This record gives sequence, structure tokens and C-alpha cells, in this order.
Amino acid sequence: MQLVVENLSVSYGKIKALHGISFSVNQGEIVTIIGANGAGKSTTLRAISRMIPSEPGSKIEFMGESILKYNTDKVVSKLGISHVPEGRMIFGNLTVTENLTLASFARKDSGEVAKDKKWVFDLFPRLDERREQLAETLSGGEQQMLAVGRAYMSGRKIMILDEPSMGLAPLLMLDMFDALKEINALGTTILLVEQNARLALKFAQRGYVLENGRLVLQGPASELLDNPEVKKAYLGA
Amino acid sequence: MEYFLQNLINALQWGSFYAVISIGYSMVYGVLMLFNFAHGDIFMVGTYIGFGIATLLLALSSAFLPGWMIFILTVVVTMFLASFVGVFVEYVGYRPLRGAPRASAAITGLMIGIIFETGNLIILGAQRFSFPPLMESVSYNIGGVYFTNVKVLIIVASLVMMLALHTFIQKTKWGMAMRAMSYDFLAVPLMGVSINVIAPLTFAIGAGLASVAGILYGQAYPVLDPYMGILLGWKAFVAAILGGRGSIMGAALAGYLLGFIEIFVAMVFPSTFRDLIAYSIILVILTFRPRGFFGMAHSTRLRL
Ligand SMILES: Nc1ncnc2c1ncn2[C@@H]1O[C@H](COP(=O)(O)OP(=O)(O)OP(=O)(O)O)[C@@H](O)[C@H]1O
Ligand SMILES: [Mg+2]
Repeated sequence: MQLVVENLSVSYGKIKALHGISFSVNQGEIVTIIGANGAGKSTTLRAISRMIPSEPGSKIEFMGESILKYNTDKVVSKLGISHVPEGRMIFGNLTVTENLTLASFARKDSGEVAKDKKWVFDLFPRLDERREQLAETLSGGEQQMLAVGRAYMSGRKIMILDEPSMGLAPLLMLDMFDALKEINALGTTILLVEQNARLALKFAQRGYVLENGRLVLQGPASELLDNPEVKKAYLGA
Repeated sequence: MEYFLQNLINALQWGSFYAVISIGYSMVYGVLMLFNFAHGDIFMVGTYIGFGIATLLLALSSAFLPGWMIFILTVVVTMFLASFVGVFVEYVGYRPLRGAPRASAAITGLMIGIIFETGNLIILGAQRFSFPPLMESVSYNIGGVYFTNVKVLIIVASLVMMLALHTFIQKTKWGMAMRAMSYDFLAVPLMGVSINVIAPLTFAIGAGLASVAGILYGQAYPVLDPYMGILLGWKAFVAAILGGRGSIMGAALAGYLLGFIEIFVAMVFPSTFRDLIAYSIILVILTFRPRGFFGMAHSTRLRL
């Protein structure tokens, strides 16, 4: 198993956001965690990329190594974990190209960097047309593409994504998931958290359901799609 | 007219000091969202380092090195050494307080400043040093306007440094990371960029620039004093705010504006009134432009 999370707890002050959750992701897999507003999805991803500290007793291992000894920048540059954060967090005062360049800051393989950048521009032609444009002038969908492209530049072993469908028109959403499939096909594992459960479960191989900081269900995505409880709570059926 | 041009050169000279020093405030603010109130004293320490290096080089090598070589060497070595002062201040003063309330970080700067001032007094004693001239002063008279090569050097060297800095910030990946920090510092580590690299680098550049300002200052006003950084530092801080928090271009322009206002006030009024009137004018400007000239949009900075 590539990513193993065991007994992960996170608190914001007195508010406990995660109550000891455990899950794992295999190399090359597409896994999703679905859940409602405030379930703790973003918190889970932030704990993995070490943007927030986890509580003692939590265990997060990546390729057999505990990531808890690393800071965020090392989690990304050394372990190859890239995080597409909630709300995109692109650098609006930098151009599209600069955003991608910055994401390869710590990489030494400059030949590969150039190839990866070209690949990103091929994957998202809309970004290619807007290379020299300031990122804050991009549309929401284009910014989301940039956030994904940037993550691809920063680390390619596993990409963790926080609601990449947010704010996208239905057609663009499908394009986005197609792009993620292509990234996955090149060997990048994908862990995705989503409120859009139907879309996420159609896309992923396995899924987990997060409720109030606890994982309450898990299984193959197709089974979760058919699960009556999931249907009732998340698929609006 | 000659009188005006003469003062214009003086204004550019003082503006250069303010501009180069205020950039140090502005850069640190852009990257870490705090004002480094030790910066004036970093300027002082940098000036003393420059003094030490210049004195040493003149004693050792003035026989076989031309004057301009000694000047360049002094600048390069001083910048290098002074940058460690900046790194030290970040590491000892600010890093442990990251995430602490802003006021704590502000007083850290003040305390480090006091430590530098009194430390200087203890180490070097109360005697006053004089910055050795690194070039022979030559006066020119063009159409009735008198100026010296030292003034020209100060103005040109400052412009060159600011251009170099601009290029660094626009063209290199480190500069890119600094600009990214000023937009959304929470996202920067997600790019694999360590804040523990970018923050000290920013302090180092600010200190390096301030130390060169110190060498240039020493050429125009050679008397050194452990407290020489206080007033200059405050004025440069005013320029940084007037330019717009975090805007390097703004800080530089406001630095020159300060120089102009001071000199032209002194043209009209007795010189004892200079700062009183000059800073009243700036107070009025700030009343109309409370964000300064180029205030940054910190749209996403306080999230998570
Ligand atoms: N910075 C914070 N300070 C305090 N509480 C927080 C903070 N961030 C999240 N929380 C709380 O932690 C819980 C989980 O939040 P989280 O952002 O992980 O939810 P989410 O599943 O991502 O929700 P959404 O779908 O709305 O993005 C919520 O109760 C939230 O209020
Ligand atoms: Mg969320």
C-alpha cells in the first residue's frame, strides 16, 4: 500500500475535526472520500500534506515511511505528494507559466520539468493559450486547471485533490475528470475528496464515506453507488 | 535654476538612501507580513562592517589595487557579510515567533535593534570612527551646478542595485517564490518551497542592500555612530508605508519622494524646521492615501 493513514485525529482548538480515521490507498489507484459540508474532508488532506498538525497517536505513512517528520515543502518535494487545495490557491500575481515554474522549484531534473510543463499545456490547451496571462485573470475553471497542472509539476507520486469539481460547469467538470484520468494513467495515484458524490464515485475505484470526522462506510465505488444509505444521504435519490 | 538643480541632486542622493533602505522593510513585509523594526540597526551594523572591510582593504592593498577595485571589493564583501546579519535576525528573532501575535514580532525587532546598538557600544567603545574615503572627491561645475563624484556614485550605485533587485525578483525562481509569498504564503509550501529558505533569503537581501547604502552613506557622511540607524531607519519605514505595504517599487519611489520633500522644504524654510514640515506634509499625503501609493491586495492571505 502506498499511503496508509491510521487513527488520524485533528483538532482546531477545542473542535475535534477528525476522530481517529483510518484508510489506505494503493499505488496507481483512484480513491475518493465523500462527505457533506464540514465532515472533515479538507482537514484530512491538510493533515496528509502537513499543512496542519495531527494529534499524537496519529499515523500517516507514505511508501513505508512516516511523513509526520516532514514539513509541507518536503512532503511535496521529497515524497512526491502534491495537493490541490480547497479554493485552488493559485498565485494570482504570477503568470500561468510562472505558477507552473514555481511548482517545480525544488526539482533538479530540469529536462523532465520542461517535458512535464509541455505535457500540462497539452493536457489543458486553454492554459497554453494563456501562458503569459496573470493567473488572477483566469476564469474559475481555468484556475482549477492551473491548480491541477501546478500540482502535477510539484509531485507526481500521488495527487490529493480537494473538490476539483467545485464551481465548474457540468461539461467542464467532465473534462477535468478526464484530465485526472490521464494523469492517473501516467502512474500518479489519485486521492480525491468530493461533495459531488455521484461524480466522484463514478470516477474512483474505491470510496470512503466521511461523516462528522468519522469514516462510516467504505468499499468499491460501484457498491457505494448502489448502497441505499449512500443513495439516500449523498446521491439525492 | 542652478540652485534648483543643485538641490535636485541632493534630493536624489537622500532619496537614494531612503529608497534602498526602505526596500528592506518592504520586502520583508511582502514575504512575511511583518515589519522588521531592527532594519535601521541592520543598516548601522552593515555600515560598520563596510567600515571595517574598507579600512582593512585600504591598509592591505591600496599599494597595488586601484581605488575603484577597492570600492567594488568593499561592496561585495560587505554585502556578503551583512547578509548573514539579516539571516541571523530572521533565525533568532523572527522564526521562533512565527505564528505569534504581530505585536510580539514587532517588539522583537525593537529589542534586536537595542541589542545591536548597545552591543556595538560595548565592543567598540564610545570612540567615534570615521568611514575612510574610497575615492578622491572630485567636484564638477556644469553650468553653475556644483556636484561631486561621490553624489553621482551614490545615485548611480543605488539605481544599479535596485535594477538588479528588480531583475532578481522578476526573473529568478527565488524572486518568483517571494512574489508568491506576498500573494498567498500558505500555498507556497505546497509548491515544495521551504519558507525557511525564502524568509532568510529575504532578510539577507534587505540587509545586503542596507549595508551598501551604509557604505555610500559613509562616503557622504563619514562619522559613524551606533545610533545612526534609528532616524534613517524610521524615515525609510515611513517610505515603505507611504509606498504601499509590500510594494518594492512603491517603497523606492516613496524613498525618493521623501528625499525631495525634505530637501525642498529645507530650500524654503530654516533647516531646523525641515523634518517638522516635511513629515507634516507626508502625514497629509497619508490622510488622503491611507494605503500608500501601491497598496497590495492581500486577497487570500488570511485564510485557513
Ligand atoms: N481553521 C479552522 N478553525 C476551526 N475550525 C475549523 C477550521 N477548519 C475547519 N474547521 C472545522 O473542522 C470541521 C471539518 O472541516 P473541513 O474543512 O475539513 O470540512 P470539509 O469536509 O472539507 O467541508 P466542505 O465540504 O465544506 O469543504 C468543520 O466542523 C469545520 O468547522
Ligand atoms: Mg473542504
